Amino acid sequence: MSTTTERPAGPTSTATRTVVVIGHGMVGHRFVEALRSRDTDSTWNVVVLSEEADAAYDRVGLSSYVGAWDRSALALSGNSYAGDDLVEVRLGTRAEQIDREARVVTTSQGEVIAYDALVLATGSYPFVPPVPGHDSEGCYVYRTLDDLDGIRARAEAAIARAASEGREANGLVVGGGLLGLEAANALRLLGLTPHVVEFAPRLMPLQVDEGGGAVLKGLISNLGVQVHTGAGTSSIAAQDDGRLAVELSDGTALLTDLVVFSAGVRPSDAVARAAGLAVGERGGVTTDATCSTSDENVWAVGEVAAVEGRCYGLVAPGYTMAEVVADRLLGGEATFPGADLSTKLKLLGVDVASFGDAMAATPGALEIVHTDATKGTYAKVVVSDDARTLLGGILVGDASAYTTLKAYVGREVPGDPGALISPAGAELGADALPDDAVICSCNNVTKGSICGAIAEGACDLAAIKGCTSAGTTCGGCLPTVKKLLVDSGVELSKALCEHFEQSRAELFEIVASTGIRTFSGLLARYGAGTGCEICKPTVASILASTSSDHILDGEQAALQDSNDHFLANIQKNGTYSVVPRMPGGEVTAEQLITIGQVAQDFGLYVKVTGGQRIDLFGARVEQLPAIWQRLVDVGMESGQAYGKSLRTVKSCVGSTWCRFGVQDSVGMAVDLEHRYRGLRSPHKIKFGVSGCARECAEARGKDVGVIATDKGWNLYVCGNGGQTPAHAKLLASDLDDETLVRYIDRFLMFYVRTADRLQRTAPWLDALEGGLEHLKAVVCEDSLGIADDLEAAMGRHVEGYQDEWKAVLDDPEKLSRFVSFVNAPEEADPTIAFDESGPRKVPVLLGLPTVRENV
Amino acid sequence: MTTLITAAPVDDVAPTARAVIRPGVLPAPGAKQWVPACPVARLVPGRGVAVLLPRGRQAALFLLPNGMIYAVGNIDPYAGAGVISRGLTGDRAGEPTVASPLLKQVFSLRTGTALDDPEVALPTYAVRVQHGLVRLGVPHP
Ligand SMILES: Cc1cc2nc3c(=O)[nH]c(=O)nc-3n(C[C@H](O)[C@H](O)[C@H](O)COP(=O)(O)OP(=O)(O)OC[C@H]3O[C@@H](n4cnc5c(N)ncnc54)[C@H](O)[C@@H]3O)c2cc1C
Ligand code: SF4
Ligand code: FES
Repeated sequence: MSTTTERPAGPTSTATRTVVVIGHGMVGHRFVEALRSRDTDSTWNVVVLSEEADAAYDRVGLSSYVGAWDRSALALSGNSYAGDDLVEVRLGTRAEQIDREARVVTTSQGEVIAYDALVLATGSYPFVPPVPGHDSEGCYVYRTLDDLDGIRARAEAAIARAASEGREANGLVVGGGLLGLEAANALRLLGLTPHVVEFAPRLMPLQVDEGGGAVLKGLISNLGVQVHTGAGTSSIAAQDDGRLAVELSDGTALLTDLVVFSAGVRPSDAVARAAGLAVGERGGVTTDATCSTSDENVWAVGEVAAVEGRCYGLVAPGYTMAEVVADRLLGGEATFPGADLSTKLKLLGVDVASFGDAMAATPGALEIVHTDATKGTYAKVVVSDDARTLLGGILVGDASAYTTLKAYVGREVPGDPGALISPAGAELGADALPDDAVICSCNNVTKGSICGAIAEGACDLAAIKGCTSAGTTCGGCLPTVKKLLVDSGVELSKALCEHFEQSRAELFEIVASTGIRTFSGLLARYGAGTGCEICKPTVASILASTSSDHILDGEQAALQDSNDHFLANIQKNGTYSVVPRMPGGEVTAEQLITIGQVAQDFGLYVKVTGGQRIDLFGARVEQLPAIWQRLVDVGMESGQAYGKSLRTVKSCVGSTWCRFGVQDSVGMAVDLEHRYRGLRSPHKIKFGVSGCARECAEARGKDVGVIATDKGWNLYVCGNGGQTPAHAKLLASDLDDETLVRYIDRFLMFYVRTADRLQRTAPWLDALEGGLEHLKAVVCEDSLGIADDLEAAMGRHVEGYQDEWKAVLDDPEKLSRFVSFVNAPEEADPTIAFDESGPRKVPVLLGLPTVRENV
Repeated sequence: MTTLITAAPVDDVAPTARAVIRPGVLPAPGAKQWVPACPVARLVPGRGVAVLLPRGRQAALFLLPNGMIYAVGNIDPYAGAGVISRGLTGDRAGEPTVASPLLKQVFSLRTGTALDDPEVALPTYAVRVQHGLVRLGVPHP
């Protein structure tokens, strides 16, 4: 900085008059530059008072400070006026008072500076709504470099703490206008999950209309910004852990690490007001079209000026005002011509533009709208009542037409105004194109040859690329190719749900190869949104299949279906059924007695299942631990009847008792059940083991059926009962015990890895390319070379098995979740009732409540 | 924890506690009784708990991984059972949701409305966090 504060203010040798500029923002700086470049005779001496410690910087580009954290990169060029003796900038110096009589300004340093002309360029300050708690620690505004430093420090501390607490760090932006979205993006770049609360029913209410707002909300939400529109902020309360609890006016609440207010700006007109200058109704120093205030020696420029009663929140009109005042001080005649408030910007990578009469305020104005939900674009033009003159418009998602359209504002449109925004080129309905139209220009592939490939059975993009080479170079044609595929009726999506485009098998591969062990991690890298009841249990199952962590450990607890969460089967009235494991259908007398006593003590309904075990119905959540404690005490374990996992291994009595038996089917069944118990899979898995070809265990109706031969065992796979019964198919014959187990290991793991969500083994085999022959090759001949891998994975499962119930009983934290009401752990759910008057105990359901309580 | 659970419901205090940012921001006016639910720390992000309310009503209270806290009615209107708190949370095109664990109907956590059946809705309750304790706002009888 070349200027110093020591040099006394006042006329120097050449200059005869002094202009004092209050505020060294973008407009203040532009004024000084304009004046100095025009004042060729050096008649004015300039003193600038800057409250901020930094000389004028690029406030419009403030957000680019995030990441590089380099103040000098934002400095406006020439802001030190190096080598110009007529300009003196006093940084960190506030103008405190103006005495218009004496024509002096008093600074925060107590100096008194005389002026001939005074230019107010004090800009605006952020408006902070008077919400209770708005001044809590952790609340910020978004206007200066210092604000951003404060936000950064807070965010970094919050992220460190959140990581140690195993949660996300987040931030809330109050206000969903242009600046609010910029602030949200800054929070995102800092590593926080941003929330935006906007009182209006849409984002950027000043620039876009409802339709555009909806598209914008979709685009912004996809970037991980949580948008809450139509909600105000009711209160902010600091919590003991330093976080802030924010209550929203829609009744919801948010726990957040920091709050940024971006609820609009107000002109910084306090000093001017105190000096008795006229101010506008909504603030701002009133000026005429020459930017002259109610005092002829005082001028106002930039955001603080209410030119003919109107304030401008953009930098371009401010620059024009600066030029006007510079001209006037040198005796010129310039006036402020009004300003174009058109805006085009890229927010979080999303194009938004509005121009002219965007809101169709002109009487009789007509609106023409084009929305493309899949592409996430919205375009609107506003035309005069005769549909000939373009008045304005809004573009969201794709603003490439902005420049052209803006050029047409106020002019007559050639032809149909709707054509201005009709989607161009390839998007013009691919089916309308002739067969010889070139779709892929890189490789000169026509629509005809692509459609030909589809007709010959190419049913996905990869296949079309393979046989036509369309889309293999720049990829720009792929959307059109995809559209041709879709138009031809080909079902493309293997997507698990709206949050993951991948199939379950693909997610399994991703988990196995990347080692990602959390749902949030997987979602962040490979998915979108926050998940749902489809992808969460699927990922939970994959995580469980690939490790031996308890399914209720850490973040996994939140992914489990209600059944897995309470390790029991939910029944129609919200009670649970309890099924202890009885491998091979074996049970000791002592265990049977305990089951009976438990049923009696807790009033449970008892039924023997088709899988050779006992089901106890009607247990309330808070009874489950006590019931299981007694079962575990007599050596029983969870039967995983609630899980997508191995259910039972049904067996006949076999050679030990039966006169026909050729092998010990019970012994084998018990061994198999012990080996595979607890294995999580895409769907439930059932086994059967019969001691001879008479097949009393109905093993061929099971996913894995083992039938004794005089030489060993025949292995059948992929059968099931249920809605679409399927007989299991012979995979291998006359196996010895060890080979049998190895083949089953391979078969199960191959299924677990490659099946879709909720796909049982029979439909999985149907869908498997190459069918049974391929499966035989993989399992018996190791054609893919993955047998060792599959066996090792199963080995880890067997090694790591633990009884889920016993582990819960040993863990007070997990145990504490088994209550009906969090605020009344001793209370039973009063809505649960049973009817015991008939032949068997049955649940009684509530009448369905129809009244809606409005709170 | 016991002390928190037995903490008496507090009544809504005078207007100063909830200032209006801009006219019309506040939800349906009317004093509420603020029923203590549990400490925030007791909530597992992504899961719910059931809260017993005065007059035998029950609410399902959820903390989402992004920090949002919602409360809706706990009784599944399709099944007539108090199970909503045990459902899985998530979102549908950005709208926060919970799915009933019984027949998997999906409800908006914000408005309580069943997404595929706008005629059906769970009641919603206001949420407030003070000194780490979550309370639900229930209208005075
Ligand atoms: C994040 C962000 C993004 C933006 N994006 C855009 C955009 O894309 N397009 C656009 O056109 N506009 C944008 N703006 C608005 C634009 O920055 C302002 O319109 C412009 O900066 C106004 O310039 P100004 O000089 O009038 O006020 P300011 O830049 O606010 O400067 C005023 C200066 O005066 C100082 N001051 C105030 N009172 C005193 C006093 N008594 N004594 C001494 N000094 C004082 C202040 O500290 C401040 O440094 C954005 C603003 C922000 C914050
Ligand atoms: S399958 Fe054979 S061994 Fe088993 S019970 Fe029937 S007859 Fe006996
Ligand atoms: S246009 Fe098809 S790859 Fe470039």
